[in-house]
Amino acid sequence: MIEISHLSKEFGHFAAVRDLTFNVAPGEVLGFLGPNGAGKTTTMRMITGFIAPSSGSVSIYGHDIQADPIGAKRRLGYLPEGAPAYGDMTPARFLAFVADIRGLRGGQKKQRIEAMVSELELQSVWHRPIETLSKGFKRRVGLAQALIHDPQVLVLDEPTDGLDPNQKQQVRELIRRIAADKIILVSTHILEEVSAVCSRAMIIAAGRLVADGSPAQLQAQSRNHGAVVLQLPVQEGLQQQLAAIPGVGEVEADAAQPGRFRLIPETGKDILLAVSAHISGAGWQIAELRQEEGRLDDVFRALTSRAGEDLH
Amino acid sequence: MGGNVGVIFRRELASYFSTPLAYVFIVIFLVLTGIFTFFMGNFYERGQADLAPFFSFHPWLYLFLVPAVSMRLWAEERKTGSIELLLTLPVRTWQAVVGKFLAAWVFAGLALVLTFPLWLTVNYLGEPDNGVILAAYIGSWLMAGAYLAIGSCISAATNNQVIAFIITVTVCFLFVAAGSPIVMNLFTSWSDNQLWSAIASASFLVRFESISKGVLDFRDLFYFGWMMILWLAATVIVIDMKKAQ
Ligand SMILES: Nc1ncnc2c1ncn2[C@@H]1O[C@H](COP(=O)(O)OP(=O)(O)O)[C@@H](O)[C@H]1O
Ligand SMILES: [Mg+2]
Repeated sequence: MIEISHLSKEFGHFAAVRDLTFNVAPGEVLGFLGPNGAGKTTTMRMITGFIAPSSGSVSIYGHDIQADPIGAKRRLGYLPEGAPAYGDMTPARFLAFVADIRGLRGGQKKQRIEAMVSELELQSVWHRPIETLSKGFKRRVGLAQALIHDPQVLVLDEPTDGLDPNQKQQVRELIRRIAADKIILVSTHILEEVSAVCSRAMIIAAGRLVADGSPAQLQAQSRNHGAVVLQLPVQEGLQQQLAAIPGVGEVEADAAQPGRFRLIPETGKDILLAVSAHISGAGWQIAELRQEEGRLDDVFRALTSRAGEDLH
Repeated sequence: MGGNVGVIFRRELASYFSTPLAYVFIVIFLVLTGIFTFFMGNFYERGQADLAPFFSFHPWLYLFLVPAVSMRLWAEERKTGSIELLLTLPVRTWQAVVGKFLAAWVFAGLALVLTFPLWLTVNYLGEPDNGVILAAYIGSWLMAGAYLAIGSCISAATNNQVIAFIITVTVCFLFVAAGSPIVMNLFTSWSDNQLWSAIASASFLVRFESISKGVLDFRDLFYFGWMMILWLAATVIVIDMKKAQ
């Protein structure tokens, strides 16, 4: 369990993180979402003890990061933003160094290092200086360093940033594979990532928590949640007829494709049945009809731009 | 947990030799000591079998060479971001500070040891007092440690190595120059003896000269020891303060 209570950070007069309070339980993969500059990295740096909060507290399995930093850090694995490492070292030496600091010895050390090599496919670069490696390999070395002691809590700051689509996929699979009884915090500004790996998502904007829930719950806040998209033969007055269907709030015509519409329901209404009844009543030929889950990026944009406005 | 100092020390020391920097540094150090000793120190003309001319240049030589080593200590970690990794590992700040310092100090000691051909030369040419020479080597190494500790603290305060270098040279210069004849004469001319002797006693130059004459006075050894402890403690404070900024 990690408990974060009234966490705030000011840099001079600038408030980067404002009064964050939340808990994360084992088994949860928490996605930290927010536009650039929202305060994701600053929050993670406070959780991992790299910077001290201006106020508030962080407790990792009962160990306060300020009062008992060593106890807390033992339980943490951390991939900082950009995966910094000692560039002149090879992955072999670098991981041995981290394993030594983590207190791994003898056979256990060897076994954990070998596990990391195979898990993250590091064989081909094992004896090359880290500074000469590609971004993808650097990131994997950073992940290996964070995972080597099989920590209970894993904090990953933009683990897939700058990776190609295959590499992104590999990292996501890795996160899913190890997630079972760990607490994982992943920051990202890529929304598909949240649906792909997270069991819970928090959106932060301008240092404030603006939404917290499962990806599905967040999607449900989208104005497009339950929207019906349909493709009809082109004819006069279609838009007005569609708008008259009970429960339909707004009708958006697709400018690029005549006859294609998105019907946005009034808040809380399910319009699928009413729409299909109307279509069969009118005897229209439909080429497509589907209902949308709602899009995370609508929610994201709505919440983060609103939080931005509050500030100014 | 003290084991962490050793782990950091070994990583750090190995990193000196993973780049050409260490070799360049050692060669420059040896060449400069050679030039100072033979050309400027009248090594042969003095007709004495000792290493006094060699050691007398150390405080001035270190003034530029040691900050070149110490500027990296923390500024580079900040620049590359590896400090975020180091300080989020289960390591106490003092362990990282001491481990890094010891590596730099041992490295400086190694450069010093590599001047042994000079020692062989004086032993070949005559019969020097090897006790005095050993004392001077120890004094020189302690002085290098004090320079490094000052540099460590200043390096921790910035992520710019050039700035770290310049400020370290300046601060070290104050500690050396306080005991130089020019400054001492200045003080004696317009203030009382007590003040200038207090200032001179804080000078690397005065402390080192007394050790290198073969007088291993504990007060001189303690002086360099305390300098190191105080500046390393200051390094820990600077790093912890930066966390809270
Ligand atoms: N050390 C610092 N000093 C001053 N401002 C900072 C510092 N670190 C971050 N900030 C500011 O705090 C805000 C949040 O930054 P960050 O946590 O890196 O955001 P994110 O990771 O969400 O992109 C940004 O506006 C950034 O410029
Ligand atoms: Mg960030």
